[in-house]
Amino acid sequence: MLITAVFWIFATILVVSAALVVSARNPVHSVLFLILCFFNAAGLFLLAGAEFLALILVVVYVGAVAVLFLFVVMMLDVNFTQLREGVQRYAPVGATIGVVLLAELLMTFGGVRVAPSLATLHVAPIAAQTSNTEALGLVLYTHYVLAFQLSGLVLLVAMIGAIVLTLRDKPRARRQSIARQTTREVGDTLLMVDVRPGQTMAELGIFRPLTTLPQAPALDLIGPTPPVSADDATGRGDAA
Amino acid sequence: MTWQIALPEICLGGAGLIILMVGVLSRRNAFTTATLLAIAAFIATGYLILAEAPGVGYAGLFVADAFARFMQLLVLAGAILALLLSLDYNKAAAIDRFEFPVLVLFSTLGMLVMISAGNMISLYLGLELQSLCIYVLAAFARDTRRSVEAGLKYFVLGALASGLLLYGISLVYGFSGGMDFAEIRAALTASPAPGLVIGIVFMVAGIAFKLSAAPFHMWTPDVYEGAPTSVTALLATAPKVAAIALLLRVLAEPFGHLLQSWQQLIILVSIVSMLWGAFAAIGQTNIKRLMAYSSIGHMGYALIGLATGTAAGIRGVMIYMVTYVFMSAGSFAIIIAMRRGRQPVERIADLTGLGRTDPALALALAVFMFSMAGIPPMAGFFGKLYVFLAAVQGGLWTLAVLGVLTSVVGAYYYLRVIKVMYFDAAGDALDKRSGVLSTVAFGAAAFTVFFAAFSQPIIGAAEAASRALLG
Repeated sequence: MLITAVFWIFATILVVSAALVVSARNPVHSVLFLILCFFNAAGLFLLAGAEFLALILVVVYVGAVAVLFLFVVMMLDVNFTQLREGVQRYAPVGATIGVVLLAELLMTFGGVRVAPSLATLHVAPIAAQTSNTEALGLVLYTHYVLAFQLSGLVLLVAMIGAIVLTLRDKPRARRQSIARQTTREVGDTLLMVDVRPGQTMAELGIFRPLTTLPQAPALDLIGPTPPVSADDATGRGDAA
Repeated sequence: MTWQIALPEICLGGAGLIILMVGVLSRRNAFTTATLLAIAAFIATGYLILAEAPGVGYAGLFVADAFARFMQLLVLAGAILALLLSLDYNKAAAIDRFEFPVLVLFSTLGMLVMISAGNMISLYLGLELQSLCIYVLAAFARDTRRSVEAGLKYFVLGALASGLLLYGISLVYGFSGGMDFAEIRAALTASPAPGLVIGIVFMVAGIAFKLSAAPFHMWTPDVYEGAPTSVTALLATAPKVAAIALLLRVLAEPFGHLLQSWQQLIILVSIVSMLWGAFAAIGQTNIKRLMAYSSIGHMGYALIGLATGTAAGIRGVMIYMVTYVFMSAGSFAIIIAMRRGRQPVERIADLTGLGRTDPALALALAVFMFSMAGIPPMAGFFGKLYVFLAAVQGGLWTLAVLGVLTSVVGAYYYLRVIKVMYFDAAGDALDKRSGVLSTVAFGAAAFTVFFAAFSQPIIGAAEAASRALLG
């Protein structure tokens, strides 16, 4: 009884928020309704006893995908009025897909079986006392450890690929060198100057010409860099 | 659990991670070091593969048998040759970054897993690991528009092919209730459901895309031409071997008893590939595009052996791939050596008079062209001989006759290259070639010429491997 009530609550909110995703005028609201959709769908999964799917839905879709959508919507300059222009033209496509889905749903309710023999093909049913998550964990790190590790390598390759194709090393970029920061002394950075009235900064030599910028090492990210002290600046100061 | 069964692959993966760290942590450009380390890792892996005992591990996910051993060693040979070529090419093209050998290594790891797959999951993961690396490699010269275009084109079409393959796998899973090859075989009866046949067709289409067999070849000429030549050399050798090994294993193991369901399909793909490879190559002026069409045709010939579905046919495919890998790698060594004023040239017309300006290189290229045309006593002749023989024995006369006819058409454009080199007016000499290119070119040429002299152990190994596959 209670479960039925909870199901109806989740299902109603799910359908209403799904309708609002497409009809909301503000795209940010659309994404927020989408997140609401995901949460309610996760609730439905929980009711159906698929707690792992519910977890994944929240972690992956709400945690990563929906937030990514939000970023795209808020950061990129997407012209939504222009995007909406095609609605009339694409409506038949959407309607066709809707009809197909409806037909599938009716067939499922009507008990149509395309291949009746398939019901006998359950190769690995879950033992009665095990939860979904437990059952997955039991095989994922034992029977399928090779597949698991290979998936890891695929992700590593994706990362290497993204870096190879997009990262541009800037040789003149200013980088923080903590070793240099902590080893420098007061004399390296502070300079006492007697300023006579009317003397300009340029005359004193207190400016940072481009030539005294520390030459940022191009590939040398790991090793210690020789301290490029403010010698040049002090030299100029003395000369002045 | 017998985890040691995948020891060569585990070691190769570990070596890849170590080489990656060496490259990241090194202060100077680590390209040469990383490449040499990767070649050493390939050689060590080859030794481990030779040393391992056959068996099945990881709950059926991973199979090590004579067939896997043969094909894996061939893949490693192709990858080593491609890396050797990259030593010269990548420096000249200013793409000598240490990620290159790392990506080649992970791609090779994917190929080894593909060949040893005993389950749809490991099949797909191996294929994706292999393809993902090659998408990146094709776009590796990221400041060249053609290279980026090649990478993007290959990625989009490759993703589509992966989708087809996955759809096919899902249908097969739905109709058999298993992902494991042995389970699928046990679950399928002799008269398959139509949905299952559709699944097989989608799977073959997905793999044929990776194989660049017509009509799934659209990407081949553009990607071959646009990608850096060292990547093209890799594309033309190792992934082809891995894809055809995968096709052989999938069709022979889970669907081996459904020969009638897929034979027509393979015959069709084979015929279209042979015709397209022969006729579309005639008008080509760019030698990399010529090699692309040539590879489409070669895949057509190799598939003849598979279409027979017999051990003799599979033996023919394996011998064909051995000869194909070495003559392709040798040809690409010569294509990389085609440089004038330190700029790469790729037109066939740029080869004019090579017979006088560089007789040794011209002779090597002539050897490869004769071999690809299938003229005895070159290696390519024996490759074709064994597949045609199997086709005749299997009663597939149409395929054998079409194969011979398209070979004659193919001979026209292979011999045209030789004519340009020896009989056209001499052009400017090419730049002096580096030692590593000469080694690969002349080594592969020697292999191609003297194949008949030492082919017995190779043919014997292929025979044992094909029997192991058909079990």
